[in-house]
Order: sequence, then structure tokens, then C-alpha cells
Amino acid sequence: MAQKESNLRNMVFSLTLIVLVASAALAGVYVITKPSIDGQEVAKTQEAIKAVLPGFSGKTERVAIKLPNDADSVFVNLAYQDGELFGGAVQTYTDKAFKSYFSLMVGFDAGGNILETEVIKMEETPGLGDKINKSKSNFSDQFVKMCPANNEFNLKVKKDGGTVDAITAATISSRAYCDAVNRAAKAFDIVTKKGANNE
Amino acid sequence: MSKVQILTKGLLKENPTLVLILGMCPPLAVTTSAMNGLGMGLATTFVLLMSNLLISSLKNFIPDSVRIPAFIVIIATFVSIVDLLLQSYLPALSDSLGLFIKLIVVNCIVLGRAEAFASKNSVFDSMLDGLGMGLGFTLSLTLIGIIRELLGSGAIFGHTLISGDGILIFVLAPGAFFVLGFLIALVRYLQRKKN
Repeated sequence: MAQKESNLRNMVFSLTLIVLVASAALAGVYVITKPSIDGQEVAKTQEAIKAVLPGFSGKTERVAIKLPNDADSVFVNLAYQDGELFGGAVQTYTDKAFKSYFSLMVGFDAGGNILETEVIKMEETPGLGDKINKSKSNFSDQFVKMCPANNEFNLKVKKDGGTVDAITAATISSRAYCDAVNRAAKAFDIVTKKGANNE
Repeated sequence: MSKVQILTKGLLKENPTLVLILGMCPPLAVTTSAMNGLGMGLATTFVLLMSNLLISSLKNFIPDSVRIPAFIVIIATFVSIVDLLLQSYLPALSDSLGLFIKLIVVNCIVLGRAEAFASKNSVFDSMLDGLGMGLGFTLSLTLIGIIRELLGSGAIFGHTLISGDGILIFVLAPGAFFVLGFLIALVRYLQRKKN
């Protein structure tokens, strides 16, 4: 078969056909993979909630809150056990990271003390900023048991006059981690106080 | 050229990364670890194989003047399919490769093989060419990844061999240029010696 002549009819016809088939194929793959991709997001969030609320098992109640001057909402997952507030897992983020954005889950007990922190999604530099991950270094351990609400723990890296030891050569990532945890603490504080007012 | 030659020329003789120096973005950007290099290489191999297959079978159907847009649509479709499949079945790899999977669309190896080989040769030969080129690309990316991961974090495929911080520059961007440069020099040296 000889190659088709490049006249308008042939060009429009062949391109249209290719685009139609390509769209159909993509739509098919999208439909097949969508449930699994969505499920993964949910599973990841649930896993992170479990990881930052040690000792808690049960359902959490999700509240979205947007702090003043913030670009995005944070999600406070309130955990109630036997009718009493056990604590909360706050899905928080920072836009000050080295690769602009990462998200964390921060667990608090009812008094606002940090139970555990967990990275949900990040793209920090491997070998440097990715040490915010628990598996890579013990950087995140220093946040455990801290209570950002009272001022005895100054949640900033030491360079900025705080008490957090920054990761060597990854001050920006460490600062961003503090930023995300602070955002979580503020959100948790607001949500739990509001809940108390309602009662 | 024999079928075996078509398949194997991409591995070393015409290795896209180390000899043809084509598509330099992924070898520099995603090879911070061996696993990333391997994953990126295999994703590109799939796209190369499928787009070469389709383009060589459609070469008489596509009029010459619109061949580039037609090729791009075909390549972009396969890249999106790979992207969705990775997100769905290998989310960890998809997270660490991020945007670079989508950027396979503009990888000049893929379009280059479509234009230089698939649009002129038979379907079977084009598949061999795509597979060979893809494996050559995978080989060089994995190699760069292994070297960078070993020197930069003392590990290979995530298994720590030497604990400690490693030579951080190899994980950062300049390390990619160093490793790639030395590998190209090594290949050139070996080729010259052989001749």
C-alpha cells in the first residue's frame, strides 16, 4: 500500500481517526484504573491516621478548616473513644518546602500534645530533605510529646531561635516540617476549642 | 542488518544515552537512585515498543505532512496509559518519578525512533528496535542510578551497604553530570580501543 497523499481530506481524516481511537483507549484505561488510584489515596490517609494515633482504633470524624492567610485547607480527623475526645490526626501541609510542597499527618492527644508525625507525600531531595521520613532519620522523633500550644516548646529550627534540631544541609526542609506541624497545631487547637464551645 | 543486530544495537553500539546522547533530561533528573532509573527506563521502553509498533503499522495510513502530530498523539496516549497504570499499581514508584513519567512524551528518543526507524521499516523490525533502544536506555539509567545511589547514600536499590551520609553531591544535580560525563568518556575509550 502506498503512502496516502497529503491532501486536506486525508490529513483531517487520519488525524481525526487517530485522536478518536487514542481518546477511547485513554478513557478505557482511566475507567479501569480510577477506583484503584482513588482507593490508594484513601488507604494511605487511613494508614497515616492509624500511625499517628497509637492506641486508638475506631472511626474518625473529618473536619476541614482553612486558617487565615492560608492557601489550602487542613483536615482535622477527630478521634472519639467511648464518647470522649481521644485526640486528632491532622492532615497538614507546607508550601515552604524545598520542592515547594509536602503533606504530613500529625497526631495530637486531647491535650494538644503531639503523639506522632508521619509524612504523607513529599518530593524532597533524596539523601538530604527526604530525611524528614521516619525510615531515613530520627529527625521527626523530636516532635513527639511536644505541646505546641504552650510556649515551652518553641517549634522552630535552632537557626530561627527555636528548639528543633534541623537536618544537616536540609534547613529548608526542616523549617517546612516545623511550618506544617505548627499549622496542624493551630488547626487542632481551633477545632477542639470550637467543639467545646458548642457543647 | 540482521534482526539480532537491530535488537542489540541500542544496548551499546547506538546506546541512546551514552552514545547518541539523546533525551538527556531523565538520565540527569531521575537517576538519584537505582530503582528510579530502572523504573523510568522500563516505562520508556514500554512507550518506545508500543509507539514503534503502532507507528510502523500505520505508516502508510498517515499522510506525510501530518506525521509529527500523529506520532505525538500516539506517543502521548501510551505515556498517559503508563502514567495511569503506575499510579494505580506501583504508587511508590509513581510518587518518586512524579512529573518525569509525563515528560516521556517529549523524550526525543521516542519521537526520534518513530521518525528515523518506525516510519520506514517493517512492524517486527520496529518492535525490535523499540525494545533494544528502550533496554539500552534502561541499562544506562540504571547504571547511573546505581553509581549515584552508591556514592551518594551508600546503598544499592535501597539496601544500605555503607551507613552514614555518603558524598551528597552525587545525589544532587551536579553528581548526575559527573557520572554521565565519566560514563560517556568510558564508552568512548572502550570504543576507540576496540577499533
